[in-house]
Amino acid sequence: MNLLTTQELTAFYGDFQALYGIDFAIDEGEVVAIIGANGAGKSTFLRSLTGLNRVARDAIRFDGEPIGGRAPHDIVKRGIALVPEGRRLFPSLSVEENLVLGANPGRPGPWSLQRVCELFPILAERRRSPGTALSGGQQQMVAIGRALMSNPKLLLCDELSLGLAPTVIKDIYAAMPAIVAAGTAVIVVEQDIGQALRVAHRVYCFQEGRVSLAGDADALTRDQIAEAYFGTSHPIAEEAGHGIRH
Amino acid sequence: MASVIDTLIQGLLLGGLYALFATGLSLAFGVMRFVNIAHGDFIVLGAYVALAVLAVLPVPPLAAALVVVPVMAAAGYVVQRYMLNRTVSRDPLPALLVTFGLSVIVQNVLLEVFSGDTRRLDAGALATASIGLGDDLAIGVFPLLTLGIAVALILGLQLLFARTALGRALRATSDDREIVQLMGVNPKMIYGLAMALASATVGLAGVILGMTKAFDPLLGPPQLLYAFEAVIIGGLGSLWGTLAGGMILGVAQTVGFRVDPGWGVLFGHLAFLGVLLVRPTGLFPKTRDR
Repeated sequence: MNLLTTQELTAFYGDFQALYGIDFAIDEGEVVAIIGANGAGKSTFLRSLTGLNRVARDAIRFDGEPIGGRAPHDIVKRGIALVPEGRRLFPSLSVEENLVLGANPGRPGPWSLQRVCELFPILAERRRSPGTALSGGQQQMVAIGRALMSNPKLLLCDELSLGLAPTVIKDIYAAMPAIVAAGTAVIVVEQDIGQALRVAHRVYCFQEGRVSLAGDADALTRDQIAEAYFGTSHPIAEEAGHGIRH
Repeated sequence: MASVIDTLIQGLLLGGLYALFATGLSLAFGVMRFVNIAHGDFIVLGAYVALAVLAVLPVPPLAAALVVVPVMAAAGYVVQRYMLNRTVSRDPLPALLVTFGLSVIVQNVLLEVFSGDTRRLDAGALATASIGLGDDLAIGVFPLLTLGIAVALILGLQLLFARTALGRALRATSDDREIVQLMGVNPKMIYGLAMALASATVGLAGVILGMTKAFDPLLGPPQLLYAFEAVIIGGLGSLWGTLAGGMILGVAQTVGFRVDPGWGVLFGHLAFLGVLLVRPTGLFPKTRDR
């Protein structure tokens, strides 16, 4: 059964129309990657799902109910959590306080402070530090942990790898199987196509606010992705295609 | 020497009063990043609410705070949720204009209801009681009590901010009003609660103001000025800084009074300008620009 669907989802970023009629679906327990160039509308799409961007009521259905236009603090209580781009930890709060605040929506489930610290053991050691005193990778772990603390049915990850070293990215993505095994569906937005394809069951490619390609991660070819990503067969596509399976 | 110590002590005690005036302003700014121009008028309103309570209930003036504080807190919550929240944005101008309007409205309603006559909350023997320290020094019991209340209030608020779930939500909302919503927190509700807390301190300040000096409906703006100066001297968003700022202002004014009775307030303003010139962000700034 579909956990979340969008139908003809249209969104604006200020006066600028960022999304043009997006049809999207994700099932329970599934990992879906959204790839696309800068400005393709990926982040706007995630912000729309969390309520940070206002959209039409029936454009988004979650757990069988329309949630478009609902307030973000209401949507997170229904089970959608976001790891925002740039991590956005609360500077006045310690690591532990950042995580505990994440549990504020009060949803029951497997994730607790202890469980998050088992997933990312470094956070237990640094729990009294201000969240922003940590390295970028550790901050990303706090941001993921904070989102998991709300025990979401659907976890949205916006550019987890942005600004992080490859080994750190690997450590972060190593946590993904445990998250999925706990029963959470995941949408990852990534510019790192190789990384996205490694974790995802299915892939959507966005281009200028529209879905340019959708399919199983295993079935898509490098040429299909390059064309969906850039719009044409572009020399840069060669570059971007690295890490994609054939 | 005794007169220097006396000036210092009287100044610090006066500082306690200013810190009490300024705590609500500092708190509201710390969480919501807006300056309430009607702050001084709300303090005076608190004094008049106490006056009304005491007209009905024959209790000591300080006991009136038990009614004034919750009434002011509730009023603060309602004003924030249904009026000021509409003005909160990156542009500080709408909030300034609306609270300026509120200031005018409060003053005029008080004039209509209570007339322009000066009033006082009779503190009885407490007003004149003092503790002698040697031959030349004496400390007024009521100013000492005021300072004690200010310190206890700030300590209590600090504990609330540091140790409670509400404090955590208040700090997080101050940090990032957008992302805190993803934690299931409704920032409009948090702003309402922040204003309720600030208004509770304003109610207490109003009762103390009424017991300290005669008041009339137009006394608000100078109280705002003193509170504002204490907050700026101490550094925006820091409650202990606000206490220190109040004390610096109080000492400066007392020194001014000793030099010439007409110069007290002027010395306070000069101290404020001096700090602003040397450290434009105040002595203990906590607010980050992001």
